[in-house]
Amino acid sequence: MDREWLRTILRTGTAILFFLLLPAFAFADGPQPVPSIFAPASTPASDIYSLSLFVLAITGGIFVVVGGLLAYVIVRYRDKGDESDKREPAQIYGSTQIELAWTVIPILIVVVLFLTTARMIFAIQDAPKPPDALDVTVVGHQFWWEFRYPKLGIVTANELHVPLSTNKDPLPTYLKLYSADVDHSFWVPQLAGKTDLIPNHPNITWIEPKSTGLYLGQCAQFCGVEHAEMLLRVYVDTPEQFAAWVKNQQQPAVEDPQVAAGRRVFETESCMNCHTIRGTAATGRFGPDLTHLMSRSTIASGAVPNSEANLRQWIKDPDSFKPGCLMPAMQLTNQQLDEVTAYLETLK
Amino acid sequence: MADRTFPIEGTLDLTPAHVHEHTWLEVLHEWVTTVDHKKLGIMYVLYGFFFLLVGGAEALAIRVQLAEPNNHFLSPEVYNRFFTMHGTTMVFLVGMTIIFGFANYLVPLMIGARDMAFPRLNAFSFWMTAFGGLMLYYSFLGGSGLYGVGNAPDVGWFAYAPLTARAFSPGNATDYWALALIVTGVGTVGTAINVIATALSMRCKGMTLMRMPLFVWLSVVTSGLTLVTITPLTAAQIMLVIDRYLGGHFFDTQAGGSAVIWMHFFWIFGHPEVYVLVLPAFAIANEIIPVFSRKAIFGYPAMVAASVGIAFVSLGVWAHHMFTIGMTSVSNAFFVLSTMLVGIPTGIKIFNWVATMWGGKIRFATPMLFLTAFVFQFLLAGLTGIMLAVAPWDWQLHNSYFVIAHFHYVLVGAILFAIFGGLYYWFPKATGRMLNETLGKWNFWLFFIGFHVTFDTMHFVGMLGMPRSIYTYEADRGWGHLNLIVSIGAFIQGISVLIFTTNLLWSAFRGKVAGNDPWDAWTLEWAAASPPPVYNFPTEPSVSSRRPLWDLKHPEDPDWKYE
Repeated sequence: MDREWLRTILRTGTAILFFLLLPAFAFADGPQPVPSIFAPASTPASDIYSLSLFVLAITGGIFVVVGGLLAYVIVRYRDKGDESDKREPAQIYGSTQIELAWTVIPILIVVVLFLTTARMIFAIQDAPKPPDALDVTVVGHQFWWEFRYPKLGIVTANELHVPLSTNKDPLPTYLKLYSADVDHSFWVPQLAGKTDLIPNHPNITWIEPKSTGLYLGQCAQFCGVEHAEMLLRVYVDTPEQFAAWVKNQQQPAVEDPQVAAGRRVFETESCMNCHTIRGTAATGRFGPDLTHLMSRSTIASGAVPNSEANLRQWIKDPDSFKPGCLMPAMQLTNQQLDEVTAYLETLK
Repeated sequence: MADRTFPIEGTLDLTPAHVHEHTWLEVLHEWVTTVDHKKLGIMYVLYGFFFLLVGGAEALAIRVQLAEPNNHFLSPEVYNRFFTMHGTTMVFLVGMTIIFGFANYLVPLMIGARDMAFPRLNAFSFWMTAFGGLMLYYSFLGGSGLYGVGNAPDVGWFAYAPLTARAFSPGNATDYWALALIVTGVGTVGTAINVIATALSMRCKGMTLMRMPLFVWLSVVTSGLTLVTITPLTAAQIMLVIDRYLGGHFFDTQAGGSAVIWMHFFWIFGHPEVYVLVLPAFAIANEIIPVFSRKAIFGYPAMVAASVGIAFVSLGVWAHHMFTIGMTSVSNAFFVLSTMLVGIPTGIKIFNWVATMWGGKIRFATPMLFLTAFVFQFLLAGLTGIMLAVAPWDWQLHNSYFVIAHFHYVLVGAILFAIFGGLYYWFPKATGRMLNETLGKWNFWLFFIGFHVTFDTMHFVGMLGMPRSIYTYEADRGWGHLNLIVSIGAFIQGISVLIFTTNLLWSAFRGKVAGNDPWDAWTLEWAAASPPPVYNFPTEPSVSSRRPLWDLKHPEDPDWKYE
């Protein structure tokens, strides 16, 4: 009976442990729904991953030795409750040799760890930038991301597209990080460690993704009410896909006379004060560029999928998806809502 | 053995001419106006414990909100206030007050003094701290200023600029935060000066510096560190208030100010602050582990040197909180090295505790259970600290739940466990009654289990990419189950704290009578009565070793022969 109970506990414990460890050590290639730092798919992230295994091995070793000593002491030297033996144990006040030993050994470990770490810092941070690297300027806003491709003349938001880098044809992307308001942090765990976007303090980071797909991340520095919904999506495209995407993004906005009413709403109801739609009078910069809104799969910085119903609801009442976000509800009539949604739906 | 015997005999007759029953108003008046270090120490601890319950309730609300993806238990605004208040409360109103409560109560007793060096400064410091806390919490009522209901600070306990600028944080919530910390800071500095002065000038006959109990040594080091670290914090808060009210531009990035300067000011306070909190935990360990292992502390001089060493090194590591802000590679490497160096004196301490237990006869009463878990958890916290010191790995782990797990391992796993152990250990001295052992065991095991369920799991959530400070997360990220486990563990800890509260209240009135020296201990506080009279000792004690009561109990084999 008792033993049965024990076995159940052991089995459950093992299952829980397995369950805990499994996602953290998923070694699958390519993009994962769970943005684990142990599933790197790009150069800085994979370098960090191998360094982390080395550090885990050393710290794990220390844990086994010191934790083992502690466990041994607890079991071996606990008071056995022998009432007849009232004597105090032998008093030992210290030992220079032993204390010297456990000072010198940690110093050696620190030297090894420091040298390995320093090498990696310089390798990642001071990596020479290849002349053909793609440049992207990232601007953090409360609570969304602006992406500008200065050499390609593209401005988009929240969904970053970068080309695949292969060993044969390496093509890293260099991200210049700015902030328009408060501190933010750019973090896509499978691609690279995070780097902060700080106003008045431009930063640079780079990625070199090795497999295509969608990588998830989000803002990692508390930036206000909707920090949690400042999500990041990075699409790593094949060279062909990327070229096609660039070509489309470089076009001015689609002009469709059928939705002229919606465009009029956009241009008269102050939407244009904050948003840009290239090729129209709308040149606002406070909110995301909407020129190719329909090429994005989400709205509200990744908070909800980009469907017609969501878009209409978002315009009607942004707080219903992102309470506290800075886009105001403009109190449009139902007809205006329908018209402006129909217009935005044409912005492929 | 010197010319004195222990326990110290005799009492002073201080009975006033006409003794009468005290009304509750007189008792209240006595506590409010007291300058007695013991009463102030108890008030510090009770005040801190009250805010532990408040900050704990905020943590539980946070954990309910995060137990499942897209939960709506708390609104984003309330969530942000709660995590800000939880952090601020636990560091400034719980950690600082309880550790200074211990120092206040124990330092004079341990060095054979009758009170602190400056008793009235002591009372002033306590009340400054106390009113600072009330001011912080008043923001729940008055934080929005004149218009409408109030709100609490919602900028994170680190309050990074320029989010704290008026443009991004209107209303008065941030002002309450800044002013409350300035006020508590004044109290903290007062106490720190007092502890240093007391330990340096009030020691009894025969107590040289190298015979001071390690608790007193560490209280002095902590206080010295406090003096150095509270200063930049107060300076930063004053600059922030100037920015917000007098049109200053220290942190106003739109006008050429610097967001990075705030980080430097905050973390040159913030990192040593961790040691201000953890050194007293070491202090408690240095008293409890030897007594329950029945052995003298192993390597006393090394322990003193390591504590002073930690204090010095801790002043040069602050920018390891800033590896992701884009410092140069050389600066990053510098702070990697300085941070890793902390591991050496810290390692010495852990080894010395294990060596103290080695060859002993360890009695696992509740204080020792807590302190054994403390050593184990502090070891793990140190190792995850090494991982975070590896700057490239920190680029991944920084601001993720891994960091939250790491510093809760320090603040809860090490500091709070030591505080619980210390409360079980010294409660008999302060009240004359023992805390109940059965409830104590329940308290310990539930807290131990709850702690590990919560914070072990939290490491994994962080490694799976979950950042801190988010009020909700997407269902497809795969963080849901793990967060549920974290939340369950939090409630187990909550139950354990309630058991402790029950134990505290019940034992204060009904607990077993303790006697002067219930643990068969060795330092001077156990030579006083339980609870000690106002004057502590009727005559000045005189000591000739680090363990005066050991010498008394073992005249055939006294310490002073070997030291």
